[in-house]
Amino acid sequence: MLGYIIRRLLVAIPTLLILIVICFLLMHSAPGGPFTSERPLPPQVLANIEAKYGLDQPFWKQMWDYVWGIVTRFDFGPSFAYKDRNVNDIIAQGFPVTLTYGLWSFVVASTIGISLGIAAAIRHNTWLDFFAVGLSFTAQALPNFVLAPILVIIFTLWLGLLPGGGWYGGQWQYLIMPVIALSTSYMASIARITRSSMLEVLNTNYIRTARAKGLPTRTVIWRHALKPTLMPVISYLGPVFVYVITGSVFVDLYFSTGGLGQSYVNSALSRDYAVLLGVTILYGALTIVFNLITDLAYAWLDPKIRY
Amino acid sequence: MALAKNKRAEGMAETLVEQTEIRGRSLWRDARVRFFRNKAAVGAMILLGCVVLFTIFGPLAAQWSREEIDWNRMGDIRGMGAPSIETGHFFGLDDLGRDLYSRTIQATQTSLLVGLIGAAVALIIGALYGAIAGFVGGWIDNSMMRTVDILLAVPSTLVIILLLVIFGRSFFMLFIGIGVVGWLSMSRIVRGQTLSLKNREFVEAARAAGVGEFTIITRHVLPNLLGVVIVYASLLVPEMILTESFISFLGLGVQEPNTSLGALISEGAGTIAYGTMWQLMFPLAFFLMTIVTLFFIGDGLRDALDPKDR
Amino acid sequence: MKHAPSFSMAALLATTIAASPLWAGSHATHPATGEALADDQTFTYRQLDEFSSVDPQVVEDVSGAEVVRDLFEGLMNQDADGNLVPGVATGFEANDANDVYTFTLRQGAKWSNGDPITAHDFVYGWQRAVDPALASPYSWYMELMSIRNAKEIIAGDKPITDLAIEAIDDHTLRVHLTGSLPYFATMTTHGTTFPVHRATIEAHGAEWTKPGNIVSNGAYVLSEHIPNERSVRVRNEMYWNNDATIIDKTVALVINDENTALTRYMAGELDRTEVPAGQFPRLKQEHPDEAISFPRLCNYYYTFNLSDNGPEEFKDVNVRQALALAVDRRIITENILAGGQPQAFTFTPAATAGFEVPDVAIASMTQAERDAKARELLAAAGYGPGNPLKFSMIYNTAENHKKIAVAMSQMWKQKLGVEVELGNLEWKIFLETRENQDFELARGAWCGDYNEASTFLDLITTPSGYNDGKYSNARVDELILAARTSTDTQPLYTEVEQILAEEMPVIPIYHNAGVYMIDEDVGGWPVDNVEQNWYSRDLYKLAK
Repeated sequence: MLGYIIRRLLVAIPTLLILIVICFLLMHSAPGGPFTSERPLPPQVLANIEAKYGLDQPFWKQMWDYVWGIVTRFDFGPSFAYKDRNVNDIIAQGFPVTLTYGLWSFVVASTIGISLGIAAAIRHNTWLDFFAVGLSFTAQALPNFVLAPILVIIFTLWLGLLPGGGWYGGQWQYLIMPVIALSTSYMASIARITRSSMLEVLNTNYIRTARAKGLPTRTVIWRHALKPTLMPVISYLGPVFVYVITGSVFVDLYFSTGGLGQSYVNSALSRDYAVLLGVTILYGALTIVFNLITDLAYAWLDPKIRY
Repeated sequence: MALAKNKRAEGMAETLVEQTEIRGRSLWRDARVRFFRNKAAVGAMILLGCVVLFTIFGPLAAQWSREEIDWNRMGDIRGMGAPSIETGHFFGLDDLGRDLYSRTIQATQTSLLVGLIGAAVALIIGALYGAIAGFVGGWIDNSMMRTVDILLAVPSTLVIILLLVIFGRSFFMLFIGIGVVGWLSMSRIVRGQTLSLKNREFVEAARAAGVGEFTIITRHVLPNLLGVVIVYASLLVPEMILTESFISFLGLGVQEPNTSLGALISEGAGTIAYGTMWQLMFPLAFFLMTIVTLFFIGDGLRDALDPKDR
Repeated sequence: MKHAPSFSMAALLATTIAASPLWAGSHATHPATGEALADDQTFTYRQLDEFSSVDPQVVEDVSGAEVVRDLFEGLMNQDADGNLVPGVATGFEANDANDVYTFTLRQGAKWSNGDPITAHDFVYGWQRAVDPALASPYSWYMELMSIRNAKEIIAGDKPITDLAIEAIDDHTLRVHLTGSLPYFATMTTHGTTFPVHRATIEAHGAEWTKPGNIVSNGAYVLSEHIPNERSVRVRNEMYWNNDATIIDKTVALVINDENTALTRYMAGELDRTEVPAGQFPRLKQEHPDEAISFPRLCNYYYTFNLSDNGPEEFKDVNVRQALALAVDRRIITENILAGGQPQAFTFTPAATAGFEVPDVAIASMTQAERDAKARELLAAAGYGPGNPLKFSMIYNTAENHKKIAVAMSQMWKQKLGVEVELGNLEWKIFLETRENQDFELARGAWCGDYNEASTFLDLITTPSGYNDGKYSNARVDELILAARTSTDTQPLYTEVEQILAEEMPVIPIYHNAGVYMIDEDVGGWPVDNVEQNWYSRDLYKLAK
């Protein structure tokens, strides 16, 4: 098992390199550069700027310099759009923010979602089930770009309970609305996947047998049904975890949290190459790590799976 | 990981998991019968049918086209743009003074198409890819999944921008764009399920009987995945419908004067504070109806197709 | 500022620590207007986007320029009406040829760390602005200022020390220009020309603009900056005119979504925000003292592609005229934007200083007359029900642009039977498409760099790099060239606008307005400054 983990982590290095190459290719073939602006710069000024950032170098050279900078100095390059900061600054400032509200959202979404899903499945076709299903519909019909302005209107404008935005180091009153906005639809999905998976497991022969043997429901659920139920939930949670902790552009936009989600989308739109690459690499590394964790979780949940 | 410790559980599972593929009965006919016995699913089916019929025949009742601006009322949407039979704007006016009834109908058409086709594309590619990776295992699984890792991390904004630039704007490209975004997580989920399925006795039995690998995947593995796949697909549809509005924001996809539910919802969400709630409520209602009906249909399909449920 | 200090208490504090947030307590009334001032002199405003930089020579966006104007001060400033007033310089002299300017610097002006401000700081800042190694995106501005050798230095042909700016002594600065430039001094209100503190930059390098490191010479210093969240600037006690500064602290909150910003304004979190399109009439009715609208130095238009890539149809002036006539601008300004924007029939806004809007035929017609004429012209051009005019128009993705484009396409469709294909494009693709003349009809907008008609009219001259439609008329080029050295420019600009009205290379739609919600207790907002160059130190908060 340890060997497997090490192998997977070693494979991560070429994986990330391929990711960098792909991103470089995509970025440079996208129309418009970082310095394309409403007022086109005079050619000489543009040339100076490109020389400063090495954008006048051949493609492979730029890529090599970039990778070399990361390997030797852990320097992910400058930002073209926010010139007072480099990519390291941007990630160092934005990632803790998204990580904080993301982790909270993940915890909220998965605990409520899984409990709701299990409860609904156990009490299949009762009011609890209908309530859970109804709640999950409502949650899903309210995407975060609808939910966010509604939350601000209710909690800030009408009730005056919470500040309408900002982060201020992540104090609780600035955390509540982003977490609600981000976790709601994931919670709904998690609840529904859990519910359906649980229903399926409860329907299998071995659970029926266990029940027929007269084992108490509680024991059946906890000892036998839970693990197989979580199988598809975990495979859903893996990518969700990465999505959630890398933040949501809408949460950052509506609540001015200053998180990474906004930097990520903005960097793509403003062709801020190094920022986009830096965040992509972070995103890629997280994806790799959490997909590995997901795969390990499979093996734990289903002993028959071996690597 | 100490897998051996779980010997007992494993032994129990082996005796308990008795998967029997009964031959001779058509899976599909059985499924149909079971599906129509499920009241919720049938009800949802009817409701969805009504929505579809409404998008087809609704325009006959419309007094304004989806693009016409009501010049006389556009200056005071809040005062004069509310839903009304009298003005012929059954769902009210959008922020520019266009008839929301016609626009919602057209948006629902677009979004249903985008959601269903998009989810189907994601489902087919993702399920096949995941099933193959999980079933074959070994280095193939590894390289297929590392590819997914990479693709998950590639910024989709850029991919969509490039699609737009290279292929131009078209409705067809929208599906490609959506498919590109959607199939990855599906493939991971399917692979995870496949991993746990492939060691089951029925698969081993089939293999021992000399059934080809591909046939095992399509005949034995995929049908057993349907439950998870269908539920996930019904989650994917609303996601696709919303993703479309972002893709259109970038310029690929639906263009004015055409619209989509995602676009209408986000426009409506922008104006909720200004006393024009109907601009959010009608598109949202149709969106909600889509989610609800697809959920129950998905649920019914899962129960109906579940090979264990005999 | 948890409590209002008693008067003697405030006086005591003022003698011991001049730098104190309690300072506001001693300002009972505004020195000029006599209005009672609030104890808490904090001004909080909504900032659309994170700024690009607060380095005067690097900043390139409007939000950043606002911050830079508070943090740094150049030779000259603008007052509330946009007039030139002394800044670090107490005055200047120009020679008869208007190509050598000598500025006298204020005695006793200091940096926020107490160092004196000298002419050398300006020399350093200006050399930085043209330094190819720094690669300022606004280095072209120094070239525009006609400073001798600026062009060669930017091109890398001469060292930066050759820039024709010299410190005669610590308080005298002289600049040599390549030619006569009567309005040179007005250009020194721009951020690119602000001084910077050499020792700080040399000590901290790229980190110098971070709060804590930054040393500035304006009325404020940057105390906090959390990207995409907020930035705070507080009173600079070393500022030469600190005694006249009333606002203690200015907070900029980054809120991208204008509707959310308005909600937060309504919740009392902001003192100023922009009004979303269409909401002004309602807000004006509900909050008559807070909703304001005033003209700005910006226009909004659609440009025909007249280059060789452009469609044949648009080469016919009748077609262009017909399309321009059929746009009902009143609907766009009153029903869609509804923020008091004036309709546009000329390219140059009426708000431009020294510019009188000439009479053009289209302006004096009623819309019914315009529509009739449009139909007539389009028929003359050979288009009709059997042979409808078809073309595509592009705009960048944004709610307002979309609404205007849709409304225009509907007007054309209903009145003229024209079939228009609408295309929204992501910003950078849009720019590239427009710059490469890869369009038929494209949205455009321009805000004046300076308050004079040529900042707009230059755009439709043949050599302009911003002339995306590639309109070219020798007479227009000639007139604009003549206007540069002329003392009576009005007849020249009138003729240019009349030519434009006849040939219609662009369709002017409206001229922009600043449409804000400003809290009633904010005083001193410069609504008459059409360039909206505002300074926090001119504002004040009234006691409620």
